[in-house]
Amino acid sequence: MKQTITQKILAAHCGKKSVSAGEFINAKVDFCLGNDITAPLAIKELEKAGIKKVWDKSKIALVPDHFTPNKDVASAMQCKVLQEFARKYNIKHYFEQGRVGVEHALLPEQGLVGPGDLVIGADSHTCTYGALGAFSTGMGSTDLSAVMATGCCWFKIPESIKFVYKGRLSRWVGGKDLILFTIGKIGVDGALYMAMEFTGPAIKRLPMDDRFAMANMAIEAGGKSGIIAPDRITLDYIKQTTGRKYPLYAKRLSSLNSDKDARYHEIYEWDVSKMEPQVACPHLPSNVKAVSKLKNVSIDQSVIGSCTNGRISDLRIAARVLKGKRINSRVRLIVIPATQAIYLEAMKEGLFEIFINAGGVVETPTCGPCLGGHAGILAEGEVAIATTNRNFVGRMGHPKSFVYLSNPAVAAASAIKGRITSPNEA
Amino acid sequence: MKLKGKAFKFGNNINTDEIIPARYLNTIDPKILGTHCMEDADTKFSIKVKRGDVIVGGKNFGCGSSREHAPVSIKACGVSCVIAESFARIFFRNSINIGLPILESKEASRAIKEGDLLEIDLADGKIINKTKRKEYLAQPFPDFMQKIIKAGGLMKYVKRRTR
Repeated sequence: MKQTITQKILAAHCGKKSVSAGEFINAKVDFCLGNDITAPLAIKELEKAGIKKVWDKSKIALVPDHFTPNKDVASAMQCKVLQEFARKYNIKHYFEQGRVGVEHALLPEQGLVGPGDLVIGADSHTCTYGALGAFSTGMGSTDLSAVMATGCCWFKIPESIKFVYKGRLSRWVGGKDLILFTIGKIGVDGALYMAMEFTGPAIKRLPMDDRFAMANMAIEAGGKSGIIAPDRITLDYIKQTTGRKYPLYAKRLSSLNSDKDARYHEIYEWDVSKMEPQVACPHLPSNVKAVSKLKNVSIDQSVIGSCTNGRISDLRIAARVLKGKRINSRVRLIVIPATQAIYLEAMKEGLFEIFINAGGVVETPTCGPCLGGHAGILAEGEVAIATTNRNFVGRMGHPKSFVYLSNPAVAAASAIKGRITSPNEA
Repeated sequence: MKLKGKAFKFGNNINTDEIIPARYLNTIDPKILGTHCMEDADTKFSIKVKRGDVIVGGKNFGCGSSREHAPVSIKACGVSCVIAESFARIFFRNSINIGLPILESKEASRAIKEGDLLEIDLADGKIINKTKRKEYLAQPFPDFMQKIIKAGGLMKYVKRRTR
């Protein structure tokens, strides 16, 4: 039977040659993760069930990234739950402050996830690792408990939607724009329960960081996962990170790809060569417009960071726009490198000097303002442009605040102008 | 099991940030989470809701963040069941896993109005609208999911199987 890459990975993890969409399987998981919001609940459930040992202490990551550095006593108590659990069970991949970063930037960088892997995380943006050619999906705390206990998890084999992106991307247009455009076209439930497979010439040329941004937001279309078949760009990336061999079922890289005649729920084909930077307007990630269509949207804050766009190339792009410029005096610019390694690299490259001279601040790696956690909360009536992934009501603070989502170039340009604008204008 | 309560209607794409905003995620205490349930969609919801009442959503209910705190807060504030045209998948899993009854029915989701009195039979997925004197039938769950529900949630099910 002809299989999609998603079917192949799932079949290999439940000992089958092939699987069909709609089929339920119990699969072996390669890696799992939880954070300072979701893991305390998972740990509580595990202990409540009286389970005394974990499935594999080297295959669990505990990443306190959401409210860290601890924003208040209650958050500190939650982080302490992770720390104590990690010590008690000798969890190998527990990341303390100073080593921790935003989970979905951190795990790939640390080489903990790779092509062909089956990864689950108690965080909806776990779908990010699909950029590496992994099947990777978000779940809740109790699912994480069960995986920590057994290493297994039930899945319904998803149908796949194939997206074919043709043409060369214009300057200042990247993975974030492709995914915002896609969500704008299919809606926030357009890929509900399905795997989103990103293909085509534009993807072939797309750098790894942009691929992460795309897979990251599959969930924003309701997708179960987003995936890009591994290629030369993937290989070059993982050479620096994992040093790991491919899973046995995918000895040859070419076999970790969808069969030619695999079945898709739907196939979309778009020529993206004339695409402008895209912006998702409040209060849904599907409320997408080309940046030139937004006139006179004044902003109070610009946030560059998160598991979507807090990687080194995102910071470089923002720095390119901001170099030698000052941001508008009414605007707060917050730059958050997603991990310590990215932080260090950005510092070495002199990017911080550019951000600070422009009038911005550089924060320590954290999810922070993206989810309205801390370190950049909006007041009533305030407007932000952010390279993050959600613009729901109240997402970055006050229920009557407004978040626009964009790529880092637009967020930087908008900080300079004080209103949402294209980097070509700044 | 029979459930009975009044309907609280919500629209499409109700996300978990609206169900339980992140500003309350520094706790896992169901009691505290329950007092902020649905706060960013309806600020007075947790005060108005009575034990047994039913949330009726539209399409893609529970989209967004994976926070299990969302179904936990719904359960803790006394809601007996959530009916929607469709559910976001993580919310769906989470609800099954923690034992919050959910039913998928396009017909019910569209026909039920705010304040309608509902009687729900979970065993056969039958929703009776006492106010409108109408009946709707929800999608049945697959067998193994019913086993998780019968066991009282995923961890009890897992514990039974790992023994």
